[in-house]
Amino acid sequence: MTMELRSNSPGGPLAEKWERHRAELRLVNPANKRKHHVIVVGTGLAGASAAASLAELGYTVSCFCFQDSPRRAHSIAAQGGINAAKNYQNDGDSVFRLFYDTIKGGDFRSREANVYRLAEISARIIDQCVAQGVPFAREYGGLLANRSFGGVQVSRTFYARGQTGQQLLLGAYQALCRQIGAGQVRMYPRTEMLDVVVVDGQARGIITRNLVDGKISAHVADAVVLATGGYSNVYYLSTNAKGCNVTAIWRAHKRGAALANPCFTQIHPTCIPPTGHHQAKLTLMSESLRNDGRIWVPLRKGDARAPGDIPETERDYYLERRYPSYGNLVPRDLASRRAKEVCDEGRGVGPGGHGVYLDFRDAIARLGEAAIADRYGNLFQMYQRITAESPYRAPMRIYPAPHYTMGGLWVDYNLMSTIPGLHVIGEANFSDHGANRLGASALMQGLADGYFILPYTIGDYLAQANLPKLDATHPAVRQTGAQVADRARKLLEVNGRRSVDTFHRELGRLMWDRCGMSRNAAGLKDAIQKICVLREEFWDDVYVGGRGADLNEALEQAGRVSDFLEFAELMCRDALERDESCGCHFREEYQTPEGEARRDDERFGHVAAWEFTGVGKTPLLHTEPLQFEAVHPSQRSYT
Amino acid sequence: MATLSAGTTRPSLTRSLVGKKVVMAVTGGILFLFVVGHLLGNLKVFQGPEHFNAYAEGLRTVGAPFFGRGWVLWIVRSVLLASLFAHIWAAVGVTRASWRARPVAYHRLDPVETTYAARTMRWGGVIIFVYVVYHLLDLTFGRLNPSFVPGDVYHNLVASFQRWPVSVAYIAAVVVVGLHCYHGLWSALQTLGLNRPPTVAWRRRVAGGIAAAITAGYIAIPAAVLGGVLR
Amino acid sequence: MRVTLHVWRQAGPVALGKFVRYDVSDVSADMSFLEMLDVLNQQLIGRREEPIAFDHDCREGICGACGMVINGRPHGPQRATTTCQLHLRSFPDGAELWIEPWRARAFPVLKDLVVDRSAFDRVIQAGGFISVRTGSAPEANSVAVAKQDADLAMDAAACIGCGACVAACPNASALLFVAAKVSHLGLLPQGQPERASRVVNMVTQMDAEGFGACTNHGECMAACPKEISIDFIARLNRDYVKAAVRGKAHAAQGNGGAA
Repeated sequence: MTMELRSNSPGGPLAEKWERHRAELRLVNPANKRKHHVIVVGTGLAGASAAASLAELGYTVSCFCFQDSPRRAHSIAAQGGINAAKNYQNDGDSVFRLFYDTIKGGDFRSREANVYRLAEISARIIDQCVAQGVPFAREYGGLLANRSFGGVQVSRTFYARGQTGQQLLLGAYQALCRQIGAGQVRMYPRTEMLDVVVVDGQARGIITRNLVDGKISAHVADAVVLATGGYSNVYYLSTNAKGCNVTAIWRAHKRGAALANPCFTQIHPTCIPPTGHHQAKLTLMSESLRNDGRIWVPLRKGDARAPGDIPETERDYYLERRYPSYGNLVPRDLASRRAKEVCDEGRGVGPGGHGVYLDFRDAIARLGEAAIADRYGNLFQMYQRITAESPYRAPMRIYPAPHYTMGGLWVDYNLMSTIPGLHVIGEANFSDHGANRLGASALMQGLADGYFILPYTIGDYLAQANLPKLDATHPAVRQTGAQVADRARKLLEVNGRRSVDTFHRELGRLMWDRCGMSRNAAGLKDAIQKICVLREEFWDDVYVGGRGADLNEALEQAGRVSDFLEFAELMCRDALERDESCGCHFREEYQTPEGEARRDDERFGHVAAWEFTGVGKTPLLHTEPLQFEAVHPSQRSYT
Repeated sequence: MATLSAGTTRPSLTRSLVGKKVVMAVTGGILFLFVVGHLLGNLKVFQGPEHFNAYAEGLRTVGAPFFGRGWVLWIVRSVLLASLFAHIWAAVGVTRASWRARPVAYHRLDPVETTYAARTMRWGGVIIFVYVVYHLLDLTFGRLNPSFVPGDVYHNLVASFQRWPVSVAYIAAVVVVGLHCYHGLWSALQTLGLNRPPTVAWRRRVAGGIAAAITAGYIAIPAAVLGGVLR
Repeated sequence: MRVTLHVWRQAGPVALGKFVRYDVSDVSADMSFLEMLDVLNQQLIGRREEPIAFDHDCREGICGACGMVINGRPHGPQRATTTCQLHLRSFPDGAELWIEPWRARAFPVLKDLVVDRSAFDRVIQAGGFISVRTGSAPEANSVAVAKQDADLAMDAAACIGCGACVAACPNASALLFVAAKVSHLGLLPQGQPERASRVVNMVTQMDAEGFGACTNHGECMAACPKEISIDFIARLNRDYVKAAVRGKAHAAQGNGGAA
């Protein structure tokens, strides 16, 4: 089978593409919509907003999440904000500027048409959310407030204290609940998707496991939407929730969906450093802290003095020094890399030297403690709870941690993968952030996909697809179901000596070392080999325990880790193949004398989309060239 | 297109638990007014037998000549009785729902915020009810008062309280009433949503002050009898 | 440091549960409570015993998945803290801890410390939303919202739906959860058209789920990891009384017709 990557980007001037495209999309007759059944997997911003919007349109929707409630999807943890080109601050923002910032922030590795559409839609998202009752921060006049975020010079970020993701998700969740209450959506919580059912080349359903009683079921539909988030947990330690996983997109990949740019993973600069080997996850401190906090390390190596005892002249505010115009607000990839650099030089602070200071002393002196508490009170409280140190008295210690994955299933302009009928939205797809995502853009993309793009584009597919009647007794459905059941049984039968968790930790360490903030060819090759060995060991020696027909978290984890063990190899291979540095993908071999990323637009100005050929077999690489009409890819400069 | 059929439920003050709490708050308010009025009347005992007996008689003749003798008293009594039963009915409903709501008890659940008064509302209510029955039989109907003289309210009161167990029981009951009023007053404002602007702290203190004053006022009477001030 | 745990173990929804004692040594004061349970679970797996099932996900105090009663206090002894954000430094070395699931009829135990909180979802489904069709929203700044109203709405909206309020309530009442949502939406101009029907529908569903009645103990507020105030309960009560007094006509307007 040859895979064809047709982006379906519409022609015409950039600013008119989406408008034109919408006019050309085929429509489903209102009376026919309820006859179409759509499955939505995942209830984060993208999934919940899509499920609610599709149901409003009249489609019959089934929605799945592994959490006990759709309200708990990990979008809930996004803190800082959501971007929109409203230009309420009168500071020169525009759709084009948001588009340009995003595509430049992504180091010119995303599709122009997609990113422009995202910027165009951004303003309507804010309208929608306000109408739903999202309590965004306001000014005394009663109008919406904004703040600035890393990587841009305008103030376009809307926020609800440090809980923007929570509030946006609750808005989408409530919209979803309204449709569940109305009977338009059937909700399946505590249900994990374990495979996609592909019949005659079309995605026609999913196989799920009920996480309470272990029952494996088939659900058939006319189209499937994956909104299953990112795969940062391949590193074991990340800012993602413990349950976040690659399983849904990996299983779809194994069924024929191309996986694009898997090595583009974002390491977030402002996280609380780990304290010991027991660490189960890392906690993010919102990037908004960089608006008022100043990042520094001691000038001298191994300076063990308390931060307050280090005089101004012996501090290195390295971001302000290197990037005078953006200062502490440089994009995440740069902030992370520079932090790693100073720590590698031996100037890191805190236990193990894995940390840099984020200091609010000057901001408190300038604005007063009350103003700082008003802006960041809950974040400071969270920091204090975890570290038992008060950021009002001493600077925070922060260190980068895996946070977001720009890579994901390849989708065309209609958000459809290479499997017809399988749509992918939110973090699960690769579409809009290129090689690096700017702060406050993930929420924007998730909601743009779910509220304003997919509801139109999925209709185009349904209107033209030939969808013969199908039920769960179809051989293809039964076969896929049997394979899923078989895999669960196998995991239980290995009955080895090592727990799932030990494998996951080992994989995570390896990926962090070799495919983390900086990568090189030798390390990646070594990692690929070690992953294969680890994978074999896993299937030889893992111990899961318990029964399949029960609430069995070890079994859930085992399934997810087994997929990470396959996926990690592809991630390294993608990083190895991309002989350039761009955005978050920093290959040590390709850097400027100043240590900045050196892109190679000639050879790598493309999306790398991989086709699955078998576990342990070399996957096939397909490329989608990226053409830039409106912007000219330049060396990213934030000095 | 889907039509949402939700939104057809009706608010009900008798069926919903929030509604039952409202019934409890309103009837509790009426009973509280009685407790205050009864106290003010009772304190006339300190003015001597003539005044006190005249007051008791006045309760029967109030509203004359428009109302016949005792009419107003019986109207008030009917309202009180209805309130009492509605109060109890709501309390039973609320209590049963709450008992049903936690079929398996905790090994340990530590109270943090609640008060002794709040925790004793249920059994306190039962105690008050039982006491009120006795109290009526003692001083209103005279069935349990060995030297009951119809019409001589002052004599009946003093005679009854001179027996120390009666006074002790009365004082204990009044303390329970005080606690009940303390949480009840505060709680009723919360239940009726009358706490705007939110002033939890002083409302609690005011409720406490009122309850304490009432308790002290009632206790003063048997204390005065036992102390020989009233004879 | 070391701790002694008595953990509620229950094999399934209909199984009988009991406390099982575990001694966990070699834990650090910097560990979160759930990391300590992770350590214990790894030890149990090593001994081929069944690990303790508990709900958890984000581990940063916002998803609302985790929650257990620790020594008689939902989410443990620290105020304004979820179980995942509770650290062992809150306990003395050698502490003896009793760990139980949320106990309420409306939150049946599924296994060990895992309970089914879908009752909360059904309460929201009954009316905890503003009916706004995707795409039909007016320009965001066309309606001004006073900052203090927006801030107060945000205080209520901070609810994470963990269920600690129910767990802490002597009556297993869910009124704080419901009041938080009713207040969040009722404080905003966008929430006014459905204000009466929302409170009535949510309260009706809450009762149907089998939660107890609020008797104003205030335990919910003390246990709430987001410190949501019982002032919101007063707000709900008032909205409900108003809806009841205004009667049927108002409530029957319902949730705004076609979707």
